[in-house]
Amino acid sequence: MNEGLIIAIIIGISIASVPLIFAAIGELLVERSGVLNLGVEGMMIVGALAGFVVEFHTGSSFLAVLAALLAGMAIASIFAFLTQILLTNHVATGLALTLFGLGIAAFVGRSYTEENIELISALHIPVLSDLPIIGPLLFSYNPLVYLAFFMVFLVWWFLFKTKQGLILRAIGDNHDAAHAIGHNVVRYRVLAILFGGAMAGIGGAFLSLVQVPIWGEDMTAGRGWIALALVVFSSWQPFKVILGALIFGGITILQLHAQGFDVRISAQYLSMLPYLATIVILVTLRMRVKNKTNRTMPNCLGRIFHSTS
Amino acid sequence: MKYQLEIQNITKSYGDLKANDDISLSIKPASIHALLGENGAGKSTLVKVIYGSLQPDSGQMQWRGEGYSPKSPFEAREQGIAMVFQHFSLFESLTVAENIILGLDDIGLDADFTEQITKYSKQYGLDINPQQVVGDLSVGARQRVEIIRCLMQSPKLLIMDEPTSVLTPQEVDDLFVTLRKLAEDGCAILYISHKLEEVRQICTQATILRGGKLVQNCNPQDHNKQELAEMMIGKKLIQLARSNITTGQDIFSINNLSRQSEDMFGVDLHDISLTIKQGSIVGIAGVAGNGQDELMELLIGEVEAPADSLIFKGEDVGRLNSHDRRQLSMFFIPEERLGHGAVPDMGLHENMLLSRPQQSEMTNYGVINWQNVEKLTQQVIDDFKVQTQSSKMLAKSLSGGNLQKFMVGRELIQNPELLIVTQPTWGVDAGSENNIHQSLIALADQGSAILIISQDLDEILTLCEQIHVLSEGSLSAAVDMKDNGLEKISHLMLGSEKQ
Repeated sequence: MNEGLIIAIIIGISIASVPLIFAAIGELLVERSGVLNLGVEGMMIVGALAGFVVEFHTGSSFLAVLAALLAGMAIASIFAFLTQILLTNHVATGLALTLFGLGIAAFVGRSYTEENIELISALHIPVLSDLPIIGPLLFSYNPLVYLAFFMVFLVWWFLFKTKQGLILRAIGDNHDAAHAIGHNVVRYRVLAILFGGAMAGIGGAFLSLVQVPIWGEDMTAGRGWIALALVVFSSWQPFKVILGALIFGGITILQLHAQGFDVRISAQYLSMLPYLATIVILVTLRMRVKNKTNRTMPNCLGRIFHSTS
Repeated sequence: MKYQLEIQNITKSYGDLKANDDISLSIKPASIHALLGENGAGKSTLVKVIYGSLQPDSGQMQWRGEGYSPKSPFEAREQGIAMVFQHFSLFESLTVAENIILGLDDIGLDADFTEQITKYSKQYGLDINPQQVVGDLSVGARQRVEIIRCLMQSPKLLIMDEPTSVLTPQEVDDLFVTLRKLAEDGCAILYISHKLEEVRQICTQATILRGGKLVQNCNPQDHNKQELAEMMIGKKLIQLARSNITTGQDIFSINNLSRQSEDMFGVDLHDISLTIKQGSIVGIAGVAGNGQDELMELLIGEVEAPADSLIFKGEDVGRLNSHDRRQLSMFFIPEERLGHGAVPDMGLHENMLLSRPQQSEMTNYGVINWQNVEKLTQQVIDDFKVQTQSSKMLAKSLSGGNLQKFMVGRELIQNPELLIVTQPTWGVDAGSENNIHQSLIALADQGSAILIISQDLDEILTLCEQIHVLSEGSLSAAVDMKDNGLEKISHLMLGSEKQ
């Protein structure tokens, strides 16, 4: 293997992990506020379609990403309305949201299956991008990649360095207590859900605007579910999301290259790897945390808040 | 300024129910004012109105001479009104400092606070470490966190909802020192409690509510405990006393019982021994979290005990499950009512049936005789004055105190030879407490043995003639009550003296 190939693999891994980072960091904030939104997959696919359609019609990548963000928020707002105002069950509503998102994206996207768009191109930063090795490895991505890593930092900063972040964590820990001292539980949760939708939307758009130039209704291929698993893997710690995403991204890329290298395992098994890894990691994590009380999980996760006073 | 807070003719209804009906009271500065009443008397509603989480239907309030009608707890706190809650008020996964910041509206995260917390904790004798995670703290320490959280707002009125229900006698004394000091510094305190003895000790004013109405404003120190209780419940209490205790054979013994807890936060039990005679009531006092849960799991049969460590009527019952133990006439009332004591989503009649031994009048070769089940359920409901619309109401729909009455009745009606009960009157009001205590005494007078595990020391002192203390998983020998018994128990509960 030569240097170029290794660099290509590392770049591939980073690119593959970005949609997961977006979706997982959004969901992480949502779960920290005590809401379990299983609709990540649905929000991602809607974002992917919105980005593709706007890019196709306007040619503006900026508008495309913006559209994906808004589309993710729009579909998340359905979830917010149902779970926070009508107090429906989080799990059932989230599953419905995923099915709804997949369905509507397939339906609206039918007329775009034959179309092509131009992918968002990588940045070229003078001097930095031209450095040997470090240039291509660190300074030659498209802007969304940097945004993903920045969002992780931002969420961490918000959660642990601001009063609002502390309040959000408190709401996730004990919503009755937070309500009793006068914090608006529903408002914080709705805003968190919208943020989660926006992040999932961009994550989805990354697939249709950066990774492949065509639209396909099975484009997300379970990445929303992997993002949900990543949040658990990270034990709700923002920076661990990056680590987890790189592992999953790595497995995805390696199995692609393995197929290229003519490894004598059938391609179907290799394609299973990222999903198998998800299951294995979740199971081993649970086995490691033997004691009953898992301290890191938000106490109120998935519980419906109903103010009695 | 004559009064810190004046409340005039406050009325608040939920549908047809008047939770507060034309209530007036006045709190003087620097005084400790008690708010007394049974469950459902309207204390919480009134407090929520004062704290701004509820708006009254009619009536006014004056705060330090000016009109006051808070729309939210933020407004109440702005005026200098702080509250220590009975439930739901701390965040377990956050540190002490973070919890305190959350209660303060104008302070950001950057402020260095640790020093201030330490300052207050020294000033009022409230020992606390700001960096500790609240989930790791004892109940008493959690309450200290809440009090400090309130003190840092420099309150003019501090509302305390049942503050002593979970504290040891020693901790109660410490709390009273703090409260008196606060009152001296000019802060008025509104003190809500069931515990009349404490109210008489510390409060100089009291407002008594019953059924949403004001019964009386008085000085609690002018009345004795019984008079206060009777004002609260609106009828006479029956004096409790075990007159002639006649004990028989040893019926149950625990022999050198030890247990290693699997739970990281559990308590190990060390070499526990105890003997109970027929007709006697034995009490195990102690602060929660000293091994009560672990011990109860073994006694009930949720966890198997080592061979020969639990002997009932000469038989080793350690390996039997709770159903088999019931067959032998050992009955239990666990502390956790929903989940352990009753199935939340089933009706009272079904729960009645579930705790019965296999062969009973309720079943015929395994087929349920619903008529009998309902008759017996109704009997329990009537005898123990359980407030419920029917015998088919879901267990979880009853209030805690009501369900407790039902569960006590359900076990007592089977005339157990041995009854093991934790916190028999937790959360029930003075009238029902009296009722439950009477029934337990009557059961013992018939010759049954009773083991009571309770944090309520008053209860244990009233009922039990043999008292042990559980502390850090070890059980003391029976305490000799003749010579400063109460003090000895208090020391044992704190674990500062091993016998």
